[in-house]
Amino acid sequence: MLSMLPVATEVAPAMAAAGFWQENAWLLVAAPLVSAGILLLLGRSADRWGHWLGLLASTLTFVVGAGILVDLLGSPAGERVREVDLFSWISTSELDLVAGLRLDPLSLTFVLLVTFVGSLIHLYSVAYMENDPARRRFFAYLNLFVASMLLLVLADSYLLLFVGWEGVGLASYLLIGFWNHVPAYATAAKKAFVMNRVADVGMIIALGLMFSTFGGLDFTTVLAGSADASEGKLTAIGLMLLLAACGKSAQFPLQAWLGDAMAGPTPVSALIHAATMVTAGVYLIVRSGPVFDGAPTALLVVAIVGAITLLFGAIVGCAKDDIKKTLAASTMSQIGYMMLAAGLGPIGYAFAIFHLLTHGFFKAGMFLGAGSVMHGMNDQVDMRRFGGLSRYMKITWLTFGAGWLAILGIPPFSGFWSKDKIIESAFVGEGWQPWVFGTVALLGAGITAFYMSRLFFMTFHGKQRWTSEAEGTGPDQHPHESPILMTLPMIVLAVGSVALGGVLAIGDGFVTWLEPVTGHVEHHAPVIPVPVIMAATIVLVLLGAFLAWRQYAASTVPVVAPRGSLLTRAARRDLYQDDVNEGLVMRPGQYLTRSLVFGDATLVDGAFSGLGRTSSGLGRALRGLQNGFVRSYAAMMALGIVVIAVVVLAVQG
Amino acid sequence: MTPLIAAAPQFVQPEIWWTWLAPYLLVLGAAVVGVLVEAFVAPRARRSTQLTLALVALLGAAGWNVWLWVDQFAPTEFKAIALVNGSLMVSYFTLALQTVILVVAALALLVVADRSRGADDFAPTAAAIPGSDYEELARTKGLQQTEIYPLFLFAVGGMMLFPAAGNLLTMFIALEILSLPLYVMSGMARHRRLLSQEASLKYFLLGAFSSAFFLMGMALVYGYAGTINLWAITNGHALQVPEALVGGRPLLVMGVVMLLVGVLFKVGAVPFHQWTPDVYQGAPTSITGFMAACTKAAAFGAVIRIVVWFAPFIGLDLHEEIQVTIVIVAIASMLLGSVLGVVQHDVKRLLAYSSIAHAGFVLVAVAGVLPYDGQTFVFPMNSAVIFYLLAYGLATVGAFAVVRLVRESQGRGADAVTLGEATHLSQWAGLGRRSPFLAVAFSVFLLSFAGIPLTAGFIGKFTAFKVAVDGGLWWLAVLAVLCSAIAVFFYVRIIVLMFFVDPAADDTEPEPAREVVAVGALGATSDAPVGTPLAGEPEAGVGLRLSDELRRTSGGVTVLKGSVGSRVAIAVAMVGTLLLGVLPGPVLDLLEKTVNFLP
Repeated sequence: MLSMLPVATEVAPAMAAAGFWQENAWLLVAAPLVSAGILLLLGRSADRWGHWLGLLASTLTFVVGAGILVDLLGSPAGERVREVDLFSWISTSELDLVAGLRLDPLSLTFVLLVTFVGSLIHLYSVAYMENDPARRRFFAYLNLFVASMLLLVLADSYLLLFVGWEGVGLASYLLIGFWNHVPAYATAAKKAFVMNRVADVGMIIALGLMFSTFGGLDFTTVLAGSADASEGKLTAIGLMLLLAACGKSAQFPLQAWLGDAMAGPTPVSALIHAATMVTAGVYLIVRSGPVFDGAPTALLVVAIVGAITLLFGAIVGCAKDDIKKTLAASTMSQIGYMMLAAGLGPIGYAFAIFHLLTHGFFKAGMFLGAGSVMHGMNDQVDMRRFGGLSRYMKITWLTFGAGWLAILGIPPFSGFWSKDKIIESAFVGEGWQPWVFGTVALLGAGITAFYMSRLFFMTFHGKQRWTSEAEGTGPDQHPHESPILMTLPMIVLAVGSVALGGVLAIGDGFVTWLEPVTGHVEHHAPVIPVPVIMAATIVLVLLGAFLAWRQYAASTVPVVAPRGSLLTRAARRDLYQDDVNEGLVMRPGQYLTRSLVFGDATLVDGAFSGLGRTSSGLGRALRGLQNGFVRSYAAMMALGIVVIAVVVLAVQG
Repeated sequence: MTPLIAAAPQFVQPEIWWTWLAPYLLVLGAAVVGVLVEAFVAPRARRSTQLTLALVALLGAAGWNVWLWVDQFAPTEFKAIALVNGSLMVSYFTLALQTVILVVAALALLVVADRSRGADDFAPTAAAIPGSDYEELARTKGLQQTEIYPLFLFAVGGMMLFPAAGNLLTMFIALEILSLPLYVMSGMARHRRLLSQEASLKYFLLGAFSSAFFLMGMALVYGYAGTINLWAITNGHALQVPEALVGGRPLLVMGVVMLLVGVLFKVGAVPFHQWTPDVYQGAPTSITGFMAACTKAAAFGAVIRIVVWFAPFIGLDLHEEIQVTIVIVAIASMLLGSVLGVVQHDVKRLLAYSSIAHAGFVLVAVAGVLPYDGQTFVFPMNSAVIFYLLAYGLATVGAFAVVRLVRESQGRGADAVTLGEATHLSQWAGLGRRSPFLAVAFSVFLLSFAGIPLTAGFIGKFTAFKVAVDGGLWWLAVLAVLCSAIAVFFYVRIIVLMFFVDPAADDTEPEPAREVVAVGALGATSDAPVGTPLAGEPEAGVGLRLSDELRRTSGGVTVLKGSVGSRVAIAVAMVGTLLLGVLPGPVLDLLEKTVNFLP
């Protein structure tokens, strides 16, 4: 990977003169990558200071990213898409590919999200992982993740994007299974890995289709060429890209790995499985906007997938008692919102990214809050064993509260500005679509309010239901606030949860910023007036929150989960996603494997060992010739010469 | 007067171009100086002096060759430069092959020079009768053999001359210069002295036999053409065959076939291969590696020189005859080498049969030689063969360097005594755990032998078989691929053995090993379980005293560390094998120059 360092940095001639920051854009990928390499190679000798190096690398990327942002903001909108060529990567007669970085509003949004939230989480991890003997390795993986994620979003071609795509998959695998001495965690890592490979097949097929259709893999060629390509091909490419996105972003039907991925350390869940990596699918769809513009069917499928996942995650979230799994279900559901928005076409692209950004802040904040709760509660994750924690962890409670209000979409918190726009956009259109998508989005908001409030109340309010040694239910609990290194990132993210959405929404600032990528879209009126939608949303949200309060704050929460209704039981089992996967894929796959193994053993091996047996039989027979006597060797040479001579003379005759 | 007499050579004083002769003089001169070093330098400093001298000579000559290639070569229309009245003909092919020989020889020399604790390959005094008191005395006095370095350099000098020979007599002299030191060196193994001396004698007898064929071939060709100068044969007389000789064509045909026999013997191709397993097994392992890699390269240089000088010319019109000879030998070599390799239990014999099979694979490329099409002389086989020999040479030197570090041992801890090589395959089980570096390196070499992609061996096989296909011999290429598949069988078996089989417990001697011990004790080198062709019973009894007796009571296998030099050689060979497998482009591009006439 170190060969990715640039050999020549140059700017496409049409672009504005390269600034200092832009020339050093390669540092975004190189710095964390080098740091990861150093941490992994130096081994234990770097144990004492390794985490600080990791933090430094991550912070450096943020500084560079911020520098480029200022650079870009200082130039007119028309010059905000820039390409930085790094080196000639693949050069054949058919394909000539330059590895380069694409700096535009979309990629920079991601860069800043990843580096800012990433740096905060690095800081948080310094304290969170303090007692882990493998902290250095953890930071190496985190840095590897940051490098790969930045490569993913900065790549100027689908192939380079794929490199980053695989890199984040690897980092995710390594980090989910970070505590791989627990077999269940190792299995969870494997599950994530396998499901992501399914998605990768989609990506690879998409790459192949693009190459055959457009003759190139860089964004410029593909996106510009989409205007002329046939709808059938674009639909195929779009659906394959969607398959890739579904795996990475845990969307239906490849959603099953995300819940198990919570086996990783909590900072990982916050950074990779909430704020950044899982949103890569949304990035892919929005980045490929022109492809989907030419393929309305694929776009519709995107919206449907988003809508299904949105409800799926929300329902599962209502039944989970594990605080991290509830948050994971919520992440799935929120990404469903983003997918839905992306599936609405150009009108929704900007809002999808907007929600992605605000979600990155408040969800990371809440995950860190959950980590802080676990930190103070002996790694307890069962919410039925929490309760009344607000008195003991004031900062965690307040920062988590900010995230909670943000995800509920209470004005003026961040989530309101982004989510409300998605719901409004879902109601735009003709035919059955606005009604179905709008209703789903609206309903989802209500359910979200219920399960997030349930989580919030069960954890921080109500009676204390902690385990105690006296009852024999577990260790005695002495909840306490986390150290400053952990609370500081939470406070910063909480500020973001409160204000980021509002600030970026001023004068549609963020949407305008993204226009060079997503294109300018005229305003369309929804099928229901906007104020009605807004009011309905808020009423539903308040209703959901109220129900949760009545059940989980005002009344006693049983420490053992009641049997529950059919839906609750189904939701607890993730709506039978694993059973379906096992029945539809795993078992038939196993049968297929077994029969293939049988076929391999009998047919292929048979043929091959037959060759072996024949030759070893022949060998044993011929071995007698090599008897060790020089006289017979010489005789055989002479005989050989006679044979050759006869043949040669026959030929010339 | 007949044309024959008119063409009788008159003495012309040759013009000596020192620049072009420098590489040969450097290597052979260093060998001569090495002999003087033996006489005049104090014993303590002898080894380091010899080693430095030899390395400087080899690398210096290689560097000189590179300089000649880059800076000096201004090819004539025949793309060759004639030296000393045409006794030597230097072309791009010559320079490239010589450089390959020199580089691989330098690596082999690092292995030969390994005298680290327990790893000394050479008898304290080669002249002593095995098991005699004199030998025992030399052993306890810690005598060391340093004559090996001049011998080594003489052999390399001969190898350099082989592909440069411009007339048949030079070629014959080169053949002898490279062979004689090898006969001596084969007999110098420290352990299993009888086996080694038997190997040496067999090699010498059969070598003399094949040299006789070469000489006979030379005489027949002279009888037909009246000259031994290659250029004169093809251009002078053959184009205007004297009336008297029209019926004499069988003379020429048989002459060329016998010349080929002489050089194919050195290559180790079937049916002139019988010495290979016995000599490879008996010779000191570091010498085996050198011999297998460099002799083969040099001998193929001679094979190609003969094929290219005689096959495509219209005047001689020998294309079909030569091609059929090569095809027969190639098929026999590939089949026999692969098939007999499968049933070997001794790793050195196995590598010997593998080398026979490889000779066959290279001949597949040689068989792709095209007849003269009336316009240009182009020989795509040249670059394919050089690349193949480079790939094979690296892997061979490396593989034998690994083999010589896996030893049998007796006793434990500080009392442990290192004995001869643990060459029985069962003793290699579990080597991957005991010595991961050696096992990984050996696996890389085996994979390269097998022609698995990402190793140099794959590229070598691919380019070689491609030449055959382009030459219209696609069926031969198919057969070659099939034989490669058979060979994979025994290469991969060793890898499986090293990594996936647990080593036999130390106190129980592996069953099949005993058979080898018995054979070794009797001094017989053969595939058959019994047979005492040269060393009789009484001698064998004496031979047991030094090492074989110890071997009987031990089953332990120990892996030596080896000197820095030999580890460097293994690492370089491994990296080279992988590098040539991943990025063959630059080397193949360079070798592209060699395909033009002359070789």
